[in-house]
Amino acid sequence: MWFEAKRLLKLALGPVLMLTSAAAMAAGTEVSQVNMSPGVTEVGQQIYDLHMIILGICTIIGIGVFGVMFYSIIYHRKSRGFTPATFHESTKVEILWTVVPFIILIGMAVPATSTLVALYDVEDAELDVLITGYQWKWKYEYLDESGENVSFFSNLRTPQSEIYNAEEKGEHYLLEVDEPLVLPVDTKVRLLVTANDVLHSWWVPQLAVKKDAIPGFINETWTKATEPGIYRGQCAELCGKDHGFMPIVVNVVSKEEYAQWLDTKQAEAAEIKELMAKTFTLDEQMERGKAVYTQSCLACHGANGEGGVGTAIAGSPIATGELAGHLDVGINGVPGTAMQAFGGQLNDVDMAAVITYQRNAFNNNMGDLVQPIDVYNHKKGQ
Amino acid sequence: MSSSTSTDYEKYYVPEKSRLAICATIGLILSIYGAASIMNDMTFGDPSEPSSSWTIFLCGLFFFVATLFGWFRTTIRENIAGMNSAQLKKSYVLGMFWFIFSEVMFFFAFFGALFYVRNLVGPWLAGEGAGRMNFLLWEGFQYSWPMMETPQEAVGGAAAQPIANNGSFTSAETSMAFAEAHHWYAWLPMWNTIILLTSSVTCHIAHLGILDGNRKKFNIWLGLTVLLGIIFLCLQVAEYYEAYVHFGLTLNSGIYGSTFFMLTGFHGFHVLMGMTMLLIQWLRSVKGGHFTADDHFGFEASSWYWHFVDVVWVFLFLFIYIL
Amino acid sequence: MGDHHHGPAQGLSRWLFTTNHKDIGTMYLWFSFAMFLLGGFFAMIIRAELFQPGMQLVDPAFFNQMTTLHGLIMVFGAIMPSFVGLANWLIPMMIGAPDMALPRMNNWSFWILPPTFLLLASTLFMEGGAPAFGWTFYAPLSTTYAPPSVTFFIFSVHVLGLSSIMGSINIIATVMNMRAPGMTYMKMPLFVWTWLITAFLLVAVMPVLAGAVTMMLMDIHFGTSFFSAAGGGDPVLFQHVFWFFGHPEVYIIILPAFGVVSQIIPAFSRKPLFGYDSMVYATASIAFLSFIVWAHHMYTVGMPIAGELFFMYATMLIAVPTGVKVFNWITTMWRGALTFETPMLFCIGFLVLFTIGGFTGLMLSIAPADFQYHDSYFVVAHFHYVMVAGAVFSMTAAIYYWLPKWCGRMYNEAMGKTHFWISFIGFNVTFFPQHFVGLAGMPRRIPDYALQFTDFNMMSSIGAFIYGASQILFLYNVIATIVSGKPISDEKVWEGAEGLEWTVATPAPYHTFETPPKIDPAHAHS
Ligand code: HEA
Ligand code: HEA
Ligand code: HEC
Ligand code: CUA
Ligand SMILES: [Cu+2]
Repeated sequence: MWFEAKRLLKLALGPVLMLTSAAAMAAGTEVSQVNMSPGVTEVGQQIYDLHMIILGICTIIGIGVFGVMFYSIIYHRKSRGFTPATFHESTKVEILWTVVPFIILIGMAVPATSTLVALYDVEDAELDVLITGYQWKWKYEYLDESGENVSFFSNLRTPQSEIYNAEEKGEHYLLEVDEPLVLPVDTKVRLLVTANDVLHSWWVPQLAVKKDAIPGFINETWTKATEPGIYRGQCAELCGKDHGFMPIVVNVVSKEEYAQWLDTKQAEAAEIKELMAKTFTLDEQMERGKAVYTQSCLACHGANGEGGVGTAIAGSPIATGELAGHLDVGINGVPGTAMQAFGGQLNDVDMAAVITYQRNAFNNNMGDLVQPIDVYNHKKGQ
Repeated sequence: MSSSTSTDYEKYYVPEKSRLAICATIGLILSIYGAASIMNDMTFGDPSEPSSSWTIFLCGLFFFVATLFGWFRTTIRENIAGMNSAQLKKSYVLGMFWFIFSEVMFFFAFFGALFYVRNLVGPWLAGEGAGRMNFLLWEGFQYSWPMMETPQEAVGGAAAQPIANNGSFTSAETSMAFAEAHHWYAWLPMWNTIILLTSSVTCHIAHLGILDGNRKKFNIWLGLTVLLGIIFLCLQVAEYYEAYVHFGLTLNSGIYGSTFFMLTGFHGFHVLMGMTMLLIQWLRSVKGGHFTADDHFGFEASSWYWHFVDVVWVFLFLFIYIL
Repeated sequence: MGDHHHGPAQGLSRWLFTTNHKDIGTMYLWFSFAMFLLGGFFAMIIRAELFQPGMQLVDPAFFNQMTTLHGLIMVFGAIMPSFVGLANWLIPMMIGAPDMALPRMNNWSFWILPPTFLLLASTLFMEGGAPAFGWTFYAPLSTTYAPPSVTFFIFSVHVLGLSSIMGSINIIATVMNMRAPGMTYMKMPLFVWTWLITAFLLVAVMPVLAGAVTMMLMDIHFGTSFFSAAGGGDPVLFQHVFWFFGHPEVYIIILPAFGVVSQIIPAFSRKPLFGYDSMVYATASIAFLSFIVWAHHMYTVGMPIAGELFFMYATMLIAVPTGVKVFNWITTMWRGALTFETPMLFCIGFLVLFTIGGFTGLMLSIAPADFQYHDSYFVVAHFHYVMVAGAVFSMTAAIYYWLPKWCGRMYNEAMGKTHFWISFIGFNVTFFPQHFVGLAGMPRRIPDYALQFTDFNMMSSIGAFIYGASQILFLYNVIATIVSGKPISDEKVWEGAEGLEWTVATPAPYHTFETPPKIDPAHAHS
């Protein structure tokens, strides 16, 4: 009989051992991480400690509870000739095991409350960044005085060829963007999170921030990274088809580097302003337009304008009709459909280029050339 | 198995196998399929394409209603044939009670939504409390209830603030709340309240009538109740007409219109159902001579439903029209 | 009374027109098993796609449809109907009633389900695809941005709610009104108690779900703005209404499972259930608390801190009554005379794994920590521990335990035990590693993932295939038992089993308790 018990135990232990060894093995290769990371913020450390305390308490309770159970399984079996007892209640122990867990819970609630209060303390931030989730990209705007004019979109950079296994996957597969959010180190940054279309959630584990982006509401949260570095995260709220493909990359740099970066960004913005006044040739617009199309429209309208989520552009009555109508759809979108208002996302230079492209590519051959100023006037005229 | 001591228990009636459930299912599924198709045609459809949605819906609905009619008829006949034990009757009572409870929870969801948007969402959108940064999106939006101007309108339409503008919402010109009403005596909701409260009383008098075995009294007062129900519905229609045509208050007028029409609309629908139920009981009594002083569950269940609808109205009156 | 007392009719009409609680129970059970296979098949597609990084089998849009339908079908198609089936079979037999209180309505509650799930599954072939917004269907992804099939989804949810409400009303009426003389409330078997409380929960929250989808319908087709800030509404309003239903829903899933375990553990411990009264009170407390904790699914939506704290404390409290139950089960085993037939194995599996799932639940309830756990695979691991190892394991235990009574044939014990061990191992290999990837930062509902999550995802997929395959063994065992299992005729199939259902003939006759049984005071709450 004892052998049976041992066999049972061995069988039960099998999977546990297997798992632990697999975990150990995986942990050895360093890429696979098995636990939460404290990250690079104070709050992150607090959350991590909280997590470990509760995990520890639960493990101890678990060992106790399962210990009693396995003792019973091993020693109180019929096959060992054990005759069953008949007791079936005891007010004393029942009160005991109601009160003791309650006290344990109070013990957990205390640190939990103080950590939560810290998480909610958004006061005294030195810098405000407005984060807007779009299907399926993020927009960052620096609201700070010195950051004015700086706003950009951050898109997935991993090429389709890697996603569809035509090419070797790079080191930061799916966690790389064309333009990361840049933040200064040791600075309390207030993050204002919202969304343009559906719900998203801005999550960077290392910064201990997860906040839902809700269209029409602005949520506040904050972070203060203590170490420079590149921190990666992902959208954490199902937001449609490409929810898995809207990563977040935060580049935390020294304060000097940050100031430098801000300068270049502002210079770029000034350059766009200049381009606004420029007149482009058709070839220039087609080239620029193709790039913008690939970046912003291709996902829905297809590489050859054949459509998909969106309607076909090739031969589309809008893209081959009145220019004003076409501009209108591009700038204001089609309310109530996936076709968003791109007027706020693309600057007038890019908008002019992409409309030019759509009207001439895919055999639409309208021969129209749209200049930034046309877009500007169209917006004005509304 | 041991023998019994309880006598009414032994007479417990397990019905024969029955087609009712299958027929009701077929009717129900066809009507929801049809209804969903109709709505999809409306929102996503191509008007030039002929669609059989309405046909499916109406056939399904007809089949469903006919089956329910047959179902109740069977139940009534069984009762008249004396097949129902006291125990089964108690099951019916329990069934009706918990059905009404589930209806209460249905309205609870809507009232909960109303309180949430009135007390929390509105102020947040206007930049108060937890929503203090929302002014970045809805600059100039002032919150009031009834909400006469939607955030979208306050910022100057979808073009001015493309973020989070999934739909187009107009503002109401006038609200249904007391302050805005014409003259108190022309204020329909007040009359509706009086009518519905009165109908609860008449319904109760009818109940007393049947308890006395006074059929005439029962018929008259129940008839009156049904009549009051019909008047209520007519006034409700008049009010909707007023809201749409004169007050500019529509389903599209932001959250005020949404909650107003949803709560009063579903209530109105329940009045219609309750009224129909009572009407059927009235016909049963007048035409079929159904119900006796100690066996009139059909009426009783309908009257409970009617009182429930009445109580819901009191809350509606309070939270939609007055406060 | 009619000829129906002699036995079932023959042919299809027996099933279509039946009013017999055993027939209806059987149909519920088979239907839910079919849905389990379908939902499981979708899970296999999910796991196959996640076997490796990169997109291999399906495209992202279809993946989301799989996730959504998997969740919906498992919750509404597999677990809930399976326990309703069990209730149908057992409650009348356990309380000494001839049938359910409202037999024709009972049949209707069942027959609504198959065409509705057919409709739901058919959305896969509709233009724009099936619902792809998760089983929680958050607005506005499920309203403004939803495919047209959402309308069919909404109406399906309406009628599923109707079916559940009618089913629960039936159960409430049966338990309150049909108990044999002498079967007082505090003598009812715990399975009956847990179902009574579950039925209250259902009647209370299914209408709220109906309200939520109704508001969606109005936003989609009638221009209202419940979930749109531009019109003064709020997408988060949807989440509040949904979770007011959704959290009690998870206890709707687990309470009947608690009931099953409370029947089976005493039987194989040969010892009465420890702390019957406190079991009843604990169940009621869990049900009560379930109404005031819903926003623990929404810690990250930006609630004011006071709300956050309230919901955190209330959620943590649930550990107390649940702990009472766990301790009672273990004390029931303590100094019993244990044997380990398949049902008992599954109950022990339940006990261990559910408790682990409960612990992770407690971790999730800690609001600040949930900011890191939320919408990661840690949550996925949590709820599969409580739902698969909780609800599905106990359901499996129930089938092994009562099947011999139902069909008068014994299942193959060796195969049953094999099924348990493969399931137990497969389950843990599938879902334990998900804790790790979750903590390491892998979000849920993604069709493709970063490279550092590869190892554990592979493991998880392999485990899933093992666990899935073990269900085929189960199916085979059940069918083989029904067709050609070893006939048995003892009324009491299991030595230690107690309760009225074990006093009737084996296999259970088509009509039981045409006259009420005498309740032996010694039978009290077994
Ligand atoms: C059967 C279903 C079921 C059950 C029983 C539970 C039980 C619990 N769940 Fe779970 N949960 C789900 C199904 C379930 N859950 C689902 C489906 C989701 C995800 C939904 C989605 O987003 O898709 C979810 C998500 C979920 C979240 C949200 C996570 C997130 O999205 O961020 C939270 C947070 O608080 C939570 C908490 C809990 C708690 C505290 C319990 C408690 O009831 C657990 C209590 C049990 C114990 C604690 C163990 C036994 C007790 C003892 C041995 C006593 C001593 C112990 C102590 C004092 C520590 N659950
Ligand atoms: C009670 C409910 C329940 C049950 C039983 C299950 C069972 C399983 N679930 Fe489920 N799951 C949910 C409820 C449930 N799940 C919910 C609510 C969600 C959230 C959805 C959302 O995010 O919206 C979810 C999400 C979910 C995910 C996350 C998806 C994502 O976030 O993208 C995953 C991933 O691994 C998963 C896996 C599994 C597996 C492998 C099983 C296995 O246990 C299934 C085993 C069963 C079978 C396999 C069927 C039997 C066998 C056959 C049909 C033969 C064929 C078999 C082979 C070819 C091997 N589930
Ligand atoms: C998220 C998906 C999506 C993206 C990205 C997108 N579109 Fe669209 N687009 C749509 C949808 C959906 C429609 C169809 C709207 C309708 O139903 O009328 C559409 C329609 C259009 C039309 C009208 C075509 C017609 O004949 O109806 C034009 C022009 C257009 N989009 C231009 C663009 C441009 C320019 C871009 C990029 C800068 C872009 N779209 C990016 C989804 C998208
Ligand atoms: Cu954005 Cu998910
Ligand atoms: Cu919950």
